[in-house]
Amino acid sequence: MIALEKRPNPSAFWGYLTPLLAVVATMIAGGLMFAALGKDPFQSLKLIFWDPIFGEFAFYYRGQLLIKAGPLILIAIGLSLGFRAGIWNIGAEGQYVMGAIFGAAVGLALYPAETRWIFPLMVVFGAIGGFVWAMIPAILKTKFNTNEILVSLLLVYVAEQFLAKMAFGALRNPDGQGFPGSRNLAQWSSSSNSEIIAGTGIHYGVVAATIAVLLAAILLSRHRIGFDIRIMGVAPKAAAFSGVNPQRMVFFCLGISGALAGLAGLFEVTGPSGQITDSFNVGYGFTAIIVAFLGRLNPIGILFAGLLIGLTYIGGDAAQAGIGLPGAAIQAFQGMLLFFLLAFDLLTQFRIRWARATA
Amino acid sequence: MKLRSILAALAVAVSGPAFADGHEPTKVGFVYVGPIGDGGWTYEHHQGLLAVEEEFGDKVETMYVENVPEGADAERVMTQMALQGADLIFTTSFGYMDPTINVAAKFPDVKFEHATGFKRADNVSTYSARFYEGRAVQGHIAGKLTQTNKVGYIASFPIPEVIRGINSAYLHAQKVNPDVEFNIIWVFTWFDPTKEADAAKALIDQGADIILQHTDSTAPLAAAEEAGVLGFGQASDMAAFTETSRIGSIIDNWAPYYIERTRAVMDGTWESVDTWDGMDTGMVEMGAMTDKIPADVQAEAEAMMAAIAAGEYHPFTGPINKQDGSVWLAEGEVADDGALAGLSFYIEGVTGDIPN
Repeated sequence: MIALEKRPNPSAFWGYLTPLLAVVATMIAGGLMFAALGKDPFQSLKLIFWDPIFGEFAFYYRGQLLIKAGPLILIAIGLSLGFRAGIWNIGAEGQYVMGAIFGAAVGLALYPAETRWIFPLMVVFGAIGGFVWAMIPAILKTKFNTNEILVSLLLVYVAEQFLAKMAFGALRNPDGQGFPGSRNLAQWSSSSNSEIIAGTGIHYGVVAATIAVLLAAILLSRHRIGFDIRIMGVAPKAAAFSGVNPQRMVFFCLGISGALAGLAGLFEVTGPSGQITDSFNVGYGFTAIIVAFLGRLNPIGILFAGLLIGLTYIGGDAAQAGIGLPGAAIQAFQGMLLFFLLAFDLLTQFRIRWARATA
Repeated sequence: MKLRSILAALAVAVSGPAFADGHEPTKVGFVYVGPIGDGGWTYEHHQGLLAVEEEFGDKVETMYVENVPEGADAERVMTQMALQGADLIFTTSFGYMDPTINVAAKFPDVKFEHATGFKRADNVSTYSARFYEGRAVQGHIAGKLTQTNKVGYIASFPIPEVIRGINSAYLHAQKVNPDVEFNIIWVFTWFDPTKEADAAKALIDQGADIILQHTDSTAPLAAAEEAGVLGFGQASDMAAFTETSRIGSIIDNWAPYYIERTRAVMDGTWESVDTWDGMDTGMVEMGAMTDKIPADVQAEAEAMMAAIAAGEYHPFTGPINKQDGSVWLAEGEVADDGALAGLSFYIEGVTGDIPN
């Protein structure tokens, strides 16, 4: 019989190394899976991890990588603050959707005005949309002690219904011949979140993600709130003694993560996506949870984790088109990454004992 | 500089098989919204890809990507195919419309074909099938066969294509059975077996004994099988349910179109067109009917199909009123394609509202 025994002093060194180990293990196991599917494992891995950055069409893929990683990093930074404090916002996907809807609605209300104030206004309302949606679990938790995991998660589905309602109703393009979807915000100069430098993929959302990484790093290492967040996660009682107000912390962490998710949605709907449609959200809010943990809840770690996960999407699609890897194999590959990360984490925290079964 | 030109030459040399005359195989890309194993919409498009391979052998090279979300990801996948040398790209979902137009503008030498949309360009064609022709036959059969006079309809999105299908099916059911009622559930998805099954069960609970679906999975047929009621295969034949719930099917047959368009690219005769084909060209096919449909009803259905294919009968022939009772088509008047393309209202007798 196997028993798990908690390690008294988990190694910090291995704690930092587990993400790398998980990546290596995923490559090995994934390579075996690709081989079992009759594809050259080395070529597959090269297509996924190497070619998008250094291959023939890297000039295009590098920009796409930033477009894909930007929202992941922006959302994951917000989530990581809460996760560190033991506040579990699982509903970033919903906040992302609401941010996009709020911001887009404000912009579309002013259509077709041509002024440069519209985009900043939309950005503000994008953040407000995500913030407001995250306040629902925050208020329910502080007033009625509900579980924020369940509330925030279920609100994702509410947000998706609302999104469909908007795409088919209030925000539908009046010139769209009855088809669903809003006007294209990327093609209206007042609301367009276009590339700041053409061809680089850098739009305002990528800039915002970079700023968020820096601010989070400063907050956690140099600011009182950062200290409170860390101590609350490790030792809630000690935190209470040192004067941390847990209720305020719930509002702060859910508010920040909601606002950042809302911003990510706004930058996406005004840029790469362009439209409010019923299929606008593609799971960034959920994938960002993986990114946050893969990055060890550390801002710099999240930066790299976001780029890595983004790479598996871009390289995964390239491998499908290039050598006909099935889409499901790519999804399984991405799933392995989380699996190995959790498995190695477990082994860092616990040791395995082989005990004789007692009858 | 020298090293660079050597590398360039090398890149050309290793970039794939070329024919003796230096002619490269024509590369055809397909962007799919679902998995090729969905058994419905994407499955049939993939059958089209396989038919292209079969027809042209090593003169073509095909590539495809599954499960591509509509939006920025679709744009990236299309760009990637164009960069990898695709000559022709089929984008097989309505939501790929703007991405297709955007990418096509960047690659004027690559031909694009967008399914079920309405935006075209010099290098972008659109194509769709007149599914409502199949719906007319389905409606006729459902009207004849229902015992409870209740037909369940699982609708995906309130877009003209789906509304046309509901109207066409209802119109022809009501012609042979004035008491028939349609219960419609909107599931807001093309492919979600769980939601589709839930919708089917709800409809069956409401008394429907025939289920029509405008979604892509086989889940409604499975639910019908369990409850002992009847249904039709959608987009694909769904023949696995022939012994139980499936009594017929509407099949999207894209293969002839894909072969024709690929050949046009090879010959250099490709032009931007708007294609809307039906039973006449075989783009809309009806799968084999089972014995659960009495022979006389089968004969009527066959006759209707023949008349539609021959252009003798149009499913939307007046008199037809709108839901509010106002006249849409006068006696003998036939709906024109423009009106059908943007159809956004129910006809008289359909109950409920179109969600918006």
